[in-house]
Amino acid sequence: METENGLFPQDQPVEGPDSAQSSQDEITAEIQDVHAAYRKGLDDGDAEETQPRLDFRPYRSSILRHPTKDPHHTDPETIELWSPAFGHQDVHALESDLTIQHNGEPLGERIVVAGRILDGDGRPVRNQLVEIWQANSAGRYIHKRDQHPAPIDPNFTGVGRCITDDDGNYRFTTIKPGPYPWKNHYNAWRPAHIHFSLFGTDFTQRMITQMYFPGDPLFSLDPIYQSITDQKARDRLVATYDHNLTQHEWSTGYNWDIVLTGSNRTWMEDEDAE
Amino acid sequence: MSEQKLTATPGQTVGPFYGYALPFPKDNELVHPGAKGAIRVQGTVRDGAGDVIPDALLEIWQADEDGSIPQQTGSLVRDGYTFTGWGRAAVDNVGNYTFTTVNPGPTGEGSAPFISVVIFARGLLNKLHTRMYLPDDAGALAKDPLLSSLPEDRRRTLIAAREADGGLRWDIKLQGEDETVFLAYPGA
Repeated sequence: METENGLFPQDQPVEGPDSAQSSQDEITAEIQDVHAAYRKGLDDGDAEETQPRLDFRPYRSSILRHPTKDPHHTDPETIELWSPAFGHQDVHALESDLTIQHNGEPLGERIVVAGRILDGDGRPVRNQLVEIWQANSAGRYIHKRDQHPAPIDPNFTGVGRCITDDDGNYRFTTIKPGPYPWKNHYNAWRPAHIHFSLFGTDFTQRMITQMYFPGDPLFSLDPIYQSITDQKARDRLVATYDHNLTQHEWSTGYNWDIVLTGSNRTWMEDEDAE
Repeated sequence: MSEQKLTATPGQTVGPFYGYALPFPKDNELVHPGAKGAIRVQGTVRDGAGDVIPDALLEIWQADEDGSIPQQTGSLVRDGYTFTGWGRAAVDNVGNYTFTTVNPGPTGEGSAPFISVVIFARGLLNKLHTRMYLPDDAGALAKDPLLSSLPEDRRRTLIAAREADGGLRWDIKLQGEDETVFLAYPGA
């Protein structure tokens, strides 16, 4: 299918967008080309980018899955200005601890990940659903499509939920995930990360993203992380080690604050009160 | 409201491994299939080669039949009685999604009813927002501000088809010919 679309030369066998044909050096060079063009654009007065590119060829699966037409700008109406409501009826308090879901203790480095969710105007996102999922300490997901020959931990599913408090705070106890290999290109490895799914006060703020750990040596090699062309924006996905969250003889702690896009709703004074 | 705007955190792809995290029992049943007024909403998600995408995840968010916006909690427990207006569906192995819900009513006098839809997928680096309009009220559709601002060949990608059994069919194309119109909102 790729050859028909002229995406690859005819004489180069390609099994599909996920085939591990390219080397890391080729992928890295493609990433660097996109980033260099972005920085040149910045110098020429182009706007700073804050979100990932949807069209980012180094991430091969994006080739046939990105829209080619510009998004249509529109003002949100009625239902889009509201968000579904979740509460403690939906999520049990214990679901925020991923280390107590089985009979035994999961293996790995126990960590706390905590932070605050704000909207673009700095308002805390209160009483709203946060969902996370991640690989275990060996880099293995509980999923039939994950065939990475690393051990499954019978005491770790890697799934958690919580409801933010009245100041927009969330907090999870979990195990530090390991990096894992994937099939984007030959010898491709994802930096360790935790997936986050977030709701705001408006459905337009709905977001799914990934939190990374500071100093990961795989950052520069990873086409998913590098699909965000701006270094400042990439840095926003990296948690900070926080010794105040670290607990004596128990767990280390990471802080990660999240900002959703602005709310377009007309806020009443009592809703906006700090 | 503060004038000092914060910059939004970037999104990232949902990836392939959300299977134990995001789906939950009856996630796609906003109402019980036997409930009065229940309809099936279904379609197929396709890529730029026209192939089905077997690992996309959709969420819908809608008004109730009277056009009121639900603010009840309980989507994740689905008690069978509370209409929360929100549902989630992972597509099946051949790219099909299904929801059981009710027709949303118009949220304002003469406005065209639609369901708000957000799409996630492996290979899709950020979420995509769009709308699924109900096809029934031609007059309201003709006056709709968003639809009116689109050329005809783009406009029709946002309008569902009414099926013989009363359900809705609406296919999503991420790329290429008949590419679905995706939306960007102010402040995003």
